[in-house]
Amino acid sequence: MIDTVPEIRISQPPIQREPSLDENQLAAKPTGAESISPIRQYLLSRGNSAMADRFFHVLMVLCALSIFGIVAFIATELVTSSQLTWHKFGFGFFYKTFVSPVTGDKMYWDPVNEQFSAVPFVYGTLVSSFLSLLIAVPLGVGLAIFLTEMSPRALRAPLAFLTELLAAIPSVIYGLWAVFVLVPLLREYVNPVLVRTLGWTGFFADDNPTGLGFFAGGVILSIMILPIISSLTREVMTAVPHSQREAVLALGATRWEMIRMGVLRNARIGIVGAIILGLGRALGETMAVTMVIGNTPEIHKSILANGSSMAAVIANEFTEAVSDVHRTALIEIGLALFIVTIIVNALAQLLVWAVTRGAPSQAH
Amino acid sequence: MKEEGLRSQLRTVTDHAVTGLAVLATILVVTPLVVIFAYLVIKGASSLNLEFFTQIPKPEGETGGGMANAIVGSGVLLGLASLIGVPIGIGGGIFLAEFGRGTGLANAIRFTADVLNGVPSIVMGLAAYALIVSPHIGILPFMGHFSAFSGGVALGIMMIPTVCRTTEEMLLMVPHAVREAALGLGVPNWRSVLSITVRTASPGIITGCMLAFARVAGETAPLLFTALGNMFMSTSLNQPIEALPLQIYVYALSPYDDQHRLAWAGALVLILLIVVAVSLVRYVTSRGVLKGAS
Repeated sequence: MIDTVPEIRISQPPIQREPSLDENQLAAKPTGAESISPIRQYLLSRGNSAMADRFFHVLMVLCALSIFGIVAFIATELVTSSQLTWHKFGFGFFYKTFVSPVTGDKMYWDPVNEQFSAVPFVYGTLVSSFLSLLIAVPLGVGLAIFLTEMSPRALRAPLAFLTELLAAIPSVIYGLWAVFVLVPLLREYVNPVLVRTLGWTGFFADDNPTGLGFFAGGVILSIMILPIISSLTREVMTAVPHSQREAVLALGATRWEMIRMGVLRNARIGIVGAIILGLGRALGETMAVTMVIGNTPEIHKSILANGSSMAAVIANEFTEAVSDVHRTALIEIGLALFIVTIIVNALAQLLVWAVTRGAPSQAH
Repeated sequence: MKEEGLRSQLRTVTDHAVTGLAVLATILVVTPLVVIFAYLVIKGASSLNLEFFTQIPKPEGETGGGMANAIVGSGVLLGLASLIGVPIGIGGGIFLAEFGRGTGLANAIRFTADVLNGVPSIVMGLAAYALIVSPHIGILPFMGHFSAFSGGVALGIMMIPTVCRTTEEMLLMVPHAVREAALGLGVPNWRSVLSITVRTASPGIITGCMLAFARVAGETAPLLFTALGNMFMSTSLNQPIEALPLQIYVYALSPYDDQHRLAWAGALVLILLIVVAVSLVRYVTSRGVLKGAS
């Protein structure tokens, strides 16, 4: 039953006696010299323990296998529930657009006439996630560098704890804060500056007075994925052996050169993994984005414009879906989100494992 | 010689600049956290009162009212979620740490659990909807309509990977000698696992469960089309039910100031619950989980 070589130690601290191990029987004194030990008596009284062992083993295996089961169950449920849309629009659901029968304009999402295309939502998800990475990656990696290489020891634990808290705040609370604090702030102070200085690029158009939109979504997403990126980056940086740092320093490098050549270069695969994991979270993040992105199924070049994302449109329209096709179209978007996040997360996990495998994790 | 000095100066300047940037990044990360907490405490505390915990919401536009129904509803949903997520998660963790160590199956399960952790919560909601809410002819009486049951199932499924992985980590910290001592006394393996190994690691496992609990306590997306929300007090598993994060979402987007006030108060209550859980986890794990055995 024991799968590793026992570690021999002379003095083991006493283990607390186990009261549930049937105290009475264990304590019962042997009645005579020929009597069998109380433990054996106890075991015999319990019948065939090999059977119980096998039963327990199977039970635990089933619990573990349930994780495969859940993934399979989500996949089959989503596939079977989105058949209607799949048959109607096929793969064109994700790239085709159509023309409105009423106005003659290009349209993407028309629940009334049962015409659906996921294009604006895919676009919104990509834009908001990309924006969030643009903000969160430098900050997250910077924080990780500060925490592992520069910070005074006394600051390390509290700062790590603070970022952990940032990760624990529910999405809806970020959304609440964004609606009442972040969006007004962007509307009054940040967006006008962006329009004035960068308006010529076309990415910052002054046509949305609400302050909602892709940019607001990207900013709130960046705050939400920061803890993931920084804590994982920290983990892979801690996994780089000290000898690497010492070797570079011994050659006369400054601290930055040591970090760049000794640490970042060794940890780069893991850092890429951390960033991809952050991307995975950003792609599927729902509530906070729904509350600030504006929720219009449109594509705009300007990142200050209103838009929508894959998760946001599901959250917004699902309970009010007007027809079966509408509902199944939303489920199909969910299925696409599921497949994409599975791939992104699996990739990220492999990259992080490639670095931290073998090294003891010290970041927790 | 002069060029050499210049280069060395440049290197020093770069070094200082990078240090400055890293400090700046740290400040920029900590600022939103501080601001968010400040807003929650200031706005939330001024709106919290006894009424918040005892009253159900007043009709729109009227002042007063509370979130008693949401607090009770969250309790029901989380209770059901824990009933599903904790035993299965712990079982999976036991398998990973005690039976499957080093096998390909265990690695695959560990990998899948980590990937499952990253699946968006709204997808979980969709799956629970497709399984429980949408079938018109249900096998169970709970099926076929929006219900607390479907919300609890969605949250419970989300707890499994977290509980599973923390349980595994905690069990791996139990020294081998403890297991061997139990087996050496002739205790059957299942008994040794449950009464010796799991018990030794129990403080860690409990805090891991609390962490998973705190995570799903704030989840809104999977409840949107399963638990749905309910303006009245309800404890029935068969009825739609309110939850704290759901109500915060609805109230945050409402046009009424009084509902905004309630949303902030609800957010404060929710975040306090989560901060307490996270701090506890941190405290227990930093103190060493296995007081008696290591």
